[in-house]
Amino acid sequence: MGMAALPAITMLPRPSFADVPATSAVNTTGLAVTDSEVTVGILHSVTGTMAISETGSVEAEKLAIEQINAAGGVLGRKIKFIQEDGASDWPTFAEKAKKLLVNDKCAAVMGCWTSASRKAVLPVFEQYNGMLYYPTFYEGLEQSKNVIYTGQEATQQIIAGLDWVTKTKGAKSFYLLGSDYIWPRTSNKIARKHIEGHLQGCKVVGEEYFPLGSTQFNSVINKIKLTKPDVIYAIIVGGSNVAFYKQLKAAGIDLSKQTLLTISVTEDEIDGIGGENIAGAYACMKYFQSLDNANNKAFVPAFKKMWGEKTVIGDVTQAAYLGPWLWKLTAEKAGSFDIDKIAAASPGVEFKGAPEGYVRIHENHHLWSKTRVGRAKADGQYELIFETADLVEPDPFPKGYQ
Amino acid sequence: MVINSRFFNRSELIGFFALALVLFVILPLFLDIFRLNLVAKYLTYAFVGIGLVLCWGYGGILSLGQGVFFGLGGYCMAMYLKLEASSVANTKIQSTPGIPDFMDWNQITQIPLFWKPFHSFPLTILAILVVPAFFAFIIGAAMFKRRVGGVYFAIITQAIAAILTILIVGQQGYTGGINGITDLRTLHGWDIRTDHAKFILYFVEVVLLFGCIIAAQFIRLTKLGRILVAMRDQEDRVRFSGYSVANFMIFAFCAAAVFASIGGALFTLEVGFMSPSFVGIVPSIEMVIYTAVGGRMSIFGAVWGSLLVNFAKTSLSESFPQLWLFGLGALFIAVVLAFPNGLSGIWADYVQPRIDRLLASRKPKSAPGYVADGAPAE
Repeated sequence: MGMAALPAITMLPRPSFADVPATSAVNTTGLAVTDSEVTVGILHSVTGTMAISETGSVEAEKLAIEQINAAGGVLGRKIKFIQEDGASDWPTFAEKAKKLLVNDKCAAVMGCWTSASRKAVLPVFEQYNGMLYYPTFYEGLEQSKNVIYTGQEATQQIIAGLDWVTKTKGAKSFYLLGSDYIWPRTSNKIARKHIEGHLQGCKVVGEEYFPLGSTQFNSVINKIKLTKPDVIYAIIVGGSNVAFYKQLKAAGIDLSKQTLLTISVTEDEIDGIGGENIAGAYACMKYFQSLDNANNKAFVPAFKKMWGEKTVIGDVTQAAYLGPWLWKLTAEKAGSFDIDKIAAASPGVEFKGAPEGYVRIHENHHLWSKTRVGRAKADGQYELIFETADLVEPDPFPKGYQ
Repeated sequence: MVINSRFFNRSELIGFFALALVLFVILPLFLDIFRLNLVAKYLTYAFVGIGLVLCWGYGGILSLGQGVFFGLGGYCMAMYLKLEASSVANTKIQSTPGIPDFMDWNQITQIPLFWKPFHSFPLTILAILVVPAFFAFIIGAAMFKRRVGGVYFAIITQAIAAILTILIVGQQGYTGGINGITDLRTLHGWDIRTDHAKFILYFVEVVLLFGCIIAAQFIRLTKLGRILVAMRDQEDRVRFSGYSVANFMIFAFCAAAVFASIGGALFTLEVGFMSPSFVGIVPSIEMVIYTAVGGRMSIFGAVWGSLLVNFAKTSLSESFPQLWLFGLGALFIAVVLAFPNGLSGIWADYVQPRIDRLLASRKPKSAPGYVADGAPAE
């Protein structure tokens, strides 16, 4: 794995032509595939407000591409990538997606982060028949032939966590918080339906939303102090988190006594919040940097070697790392780079080397994956508290939760 | 300054035909459809630019909130297209089929009342023209009648841009929130996503652009245009001469709003979606920058400014994904420092005299409407 950090492209012998399938056989639709190379796109924001979140994804994707190239590439071809900047601006994402597909004929695109950027590029991918590997946990309610969702959809992330917190903490009352856009709103809707409909004797005592970037949480913190919910369920994103957790601490709410469950704070966000401000909170997602398995023990040092000792790896970064690997495995299963064949071959593709453990692509193009609960420590890492025994089935259109 | 009795004087005529040649012939011949569609996107900002030339360059009213009108036009068009795309057949998987997808996600089960008129195409076109004009009239009347102008007006327009963004983001069940209105498909049954449609839309847009150029030129050449310039330079004298300054300002502001709105509606058609990121403060200021780069006294300059700045934006960000914003910033600073009158200033100072000498005819150096010796201070 250590070798992956070196510029492996020039070092390794090119595979002999005997085991490389002919370009005409693996590429019948005019994608950017030559006898020795295949081009993919990387489309994230490296400027603007989302750059802080998306940089980790870019790094993970570049690491995966380098490792794949070091291991011989895909169908005998090295991966070459073209990076474009979405600039935290949804129309720019659409423009660049079109450029990657129409101009550069990318065989696959790893990209997007926010739901808004995905919604902006989706029609482009469907119209020009491209393949997008999307890494973020998101609200569900979507399924496309042209997208593989490598993060969790809402029910995967929410239901297991709520079950866990009622079982182990005996929680009965919940206060739902969120930033005001589609993902937190949809997620809280699912949480509310689950709490009220499926958990015995549980109720929601409050639900509130804040504009993106909001830094004033004092009034809701007062309401929380009055209603004394068993669980604060927080889906606050981005920079708002810093203000929220600091104000929570300043108001005297001690997270070692008050249970707080979040699905939006990864190790990346803790970097900004400060471990001491959030220590004791629980997070429910599928990956923590501290996971103790052989894959992750190889992945974390390789990542740090390439991008620096100080970098932290959050859930989305890991999911972004899966993208190039899943695409490679799918292309090899399909024996082709053609988008239609990749889309058709995707269901059932397994990746045993995933840092989170084992993942498999479902018929609905989402991943089967385990859901985990971690507890934030003062050093900015999570310690694993709970994980589901089996892989959780992705269900982007959950019946009874809409 | 001599006002030419002809509609265009000779240098403007050259500018007119040069622009027509480039937009109608050269670009469509030499660009593939992807790049041509990008040009179409850039040109939608030219509509805003033409409006700003009238209201800022001539009227002296700096609006930092043109994104509001761009957005209003864009959203009117997007609402029509979204309703058409949300047929029952297309939205089978929703809990309530037949309504836009984002309404379904937000537990809205009926199309809200203010969406209803957008089922009709003629009403949509009417709304694109009337809604921003009405809105601009209200703002203009409230401000100019009270003699609020200059910097204060600029700040207030900016606040309005911020307010409208927050409103759109907050009311996501009715507006699509921060995601905007996406996945637009057909216009009156005609698929706008195909290459062929993009090609036709480009020409429709260019024709409309020339319509707006001619309308702006008309306003500029009438007595109205001269009053605007007089007002900009000596507002009190115009008032003392018995003109109602406020009404003229309101008119210029409304005209700029309608131009911006047409641009916004075309943007939705060309790009295929609309989102609050075109309404806020940053895009509004960017639109002013396009006009400033082009030269705020020149209608053609506004078109070239929008084209070139956006072209630079695209090509810089394609070549240097991590550094492009710095390059763009440097470009702005360079243009503003070296050429305060923008591209049209470069043209009038360096290119035009040569052409004149070449044609060996004696013409006054400055074209009417173009102020060579330093634009008056705001």
